[in-house]
Amino acid sequence: MTKVLMKGNEAIAEAAIRNGCDAFFGYPITPQSEIPEYFAREMPKHGKLFLQAESEMAAMNMCMGASASGARVMTSTSGPGYCLKLEALAAMSLNGLPAVVTVVMRNGPAFGTMKASQEDYRMNGNGGYKVVLFAPATVQEAAEMAYQAFDIADQYRNPVVIMADGMIGQMMGAVDFDAMPAKRENLPAKDWALHGTNSRGGKPVLHLPPMGEEHFRTKHWQETVLYPSIIENETQVEIRDVAEADIVLCAYGTASRMCKQVMKELAEEGGPKVGLIRPKTLWPYPYKAFDEIGANCKAIVCAEMNIMGQMIDDAKIASNGRWPVVHVGDTDKDFVSPADIKAKVLEMWEEVR
Amino acid sequence: MKFKLTFNSERCKGCGLCIHFCPKNLLDFDTSVFNGSGVHPVYMTDQASCIGCQSCALMCPDAIITIEKLEASA
Amino acid sequence: MSILYERSKCFNDSPFTFCPGCTHGIILNAVMSVVDEMGMAGDTITVGCVGCGGYMPWFMDIDTIYSLHGRAPANATGVKRMNPDKLVFTYQGDGDLASIGTAEIVHAAHRAEKITAIFVNNTTYGMTGGQMAPTTLIGQKTTTSPYGREESHCGKPIRMSEMLSTIDGAKFIERCAANSPANVRKMKKAIRRAFECQLKGLGFSMVEILSTCPTNWGMSPLDALKRMEDEMMPYYPLGNFKDYED
Repeated sequence: MTKVLMKGNEAIAEAAIRNGCDAFFGYPITPQSEIPEYFAREMPKHGKLFLQAESEMAAMNMCMGASASGARVMTSTSGPGYCLKLEALAAMSLNGLPAVVTVVMRNGPAFGTMKASQEDYRMNGNGGYKVVLFAPATVQEAAEMAYQAFDIADQYRNPVVIMADGMIGQMMGAVDFDAMPAKRENLPAKDWALHGTNSRGGKPVLHLPPMGEEHFRTKHWQETVLYPSIIENETQVEIRDVAEADIVLCAYGTASRMCKQVMKELAEEGGPKVGLIRPKTLWPYPYKAFDEIGANCKAIVCAEMNIMGQMIDDAKIASNGRWPVVHVGDTDKDFVSPADIKAKVLEMWEEVR
Repeated sequence: MKFKLTFNSERCKGCGLCIHFCPKNLLDFDTSVFNGSGVHPVYMTDQASCIGCQSCALMCPDAIITIEKLEASA
Repeated sequence: MSILYERSKCFNDSPFTFCPGCTHGIILNAVMSVVDEMGMAGDTITVGCVGCGGYMPWFMDIDTIYSLHGRAPANATGVKRMNPDKLVFTYQGDGDLASIGTAEIVHAAHRAEKITAIFVNNTTYGMTGGQMAPTTLIGQKTTTSPYGREESHCGKPIRMSEMLSTIDGAKFIERCAANSPANVRKMKKAIRRAFECQLKGLGFSMVEILSTCPTNWGMSPLDALKRMEDEMMPYYPLGNFKDYED
């Protein structure tokens, strides 16, 4: 099939439909309203459900009920709405209910502005659960991540979140839907789905929060068995030119696109050799990728679409004291640009060479 | 005797609702025993007079009462 | 010899953990007896809530999902839309349905979701120790209205049956009480009619059931029933607020 030109938001929705999304529950919020709008148009054509909920919380809770009934479900939102979804997301993670949540990040806190940003890096509900966090940097990648997210959610019985910054949601890009990741085989059967006891010879299925000792055992298993398994198998990263690099950039989403432009310019200008570590999953974070950085590296520059850095904390953990780690972002003005990143790289290069 | 009541006495919490609602005042706490919760469980004082109205069973919050209708006999 | 009355077969061996004399047990047994009578136990999915009533899934061998506080109608929407031929009902208290969950119940009714809400109203947050609820009566003392609820401070109690009956998508709304055998029988009839409304695909149904909280009201179970009759029923009149044609 030929490539189609699509808006990032719509590519995410189309990819979800192509991997069997049974139900989408959503709510309007900028900059992702195109996602529910797309589902509203397309789901009836496939005999699947689109339902606009009365609130972000209701949408996530509808996902919870439908997921417990064995359906592949999706919802989408931006930062303010993600706040409202976290309660149910935490419950679904605890209870082992799969879902795919797309968050198209805008400026925060709270109402914020409509500006694309990367300010929701640490957002999580209570209790310390983890969900796979995808960070697409192109429209194609957004589609691929949305597609495979359903398989990953079902495989681990844990929600998956796509953290796309606002630019990725809004930009137009080429998508080849024949190039989606391979569907995973042998996903566990959903014998835990709610259909009434008659559907399984009288045996009830109870989706209850674990209590007492069982609560501890459930969480213990999740944190000591499930999450390490996800870290082992689902970490995704792009590593570029780090073996000979003098400075390594670390960025995701749209900020990583800016970094690639900077790398191209500096290569043409004969400046310092610059490499890139681009997390494609924010969780699990690709800490081990930093071990591939060569002996010439003198500094790590984290480029983020926020004021003082959020992902930089994980880059510092990964660096483990081997290199200075600095931030470049919206510190002095409202939107970081490739020129800002380039200036920071050159500034660091002067300092550390 | 037309009706037979049995009680899951261990589950009786001694709330007294069944005693209150029996129209013939046939139920009472059995003060000669305690169940495992330390409660005097309810018991039927006069099985033969029961009219099978089911008021006690409908009002039992712990659903401990079973009522059987016996075959018509002498 | 035949069984004239026994508790619902939906229950497992677990004892009810409700307080002595709490009408939750009466109501729950009545609801599940109706499920038995309709032969629907194997095709029922319950949606539990946060509150004393939230323990009900543990007492039954029926498919269920336990909801976050107030969100039961949203969970139920997801369950029913994926299971359109099953009986799906929520079992919610007044804090769950009339406070934190008001948006969810209004919109479930508004969308005419084919679900039933069993709404247990005892004018109190029971589980958490007797705080004021939106349904608490004027003058009623609770742990968060220690001087008695005052209208000038926090308004008058909310009447959910009346309010929801104004919504087109709500097709059957009735208020009942668990204070006497006669009223329990009427309650069972209303519950059956609500379930039939759902299974016929007509729309949203709700049965509000006046209930007691002897522990937090500081009353004996019988005195609590008397309070329901003397104080709650005048403000929350029993009866049908919305019905459908057979």
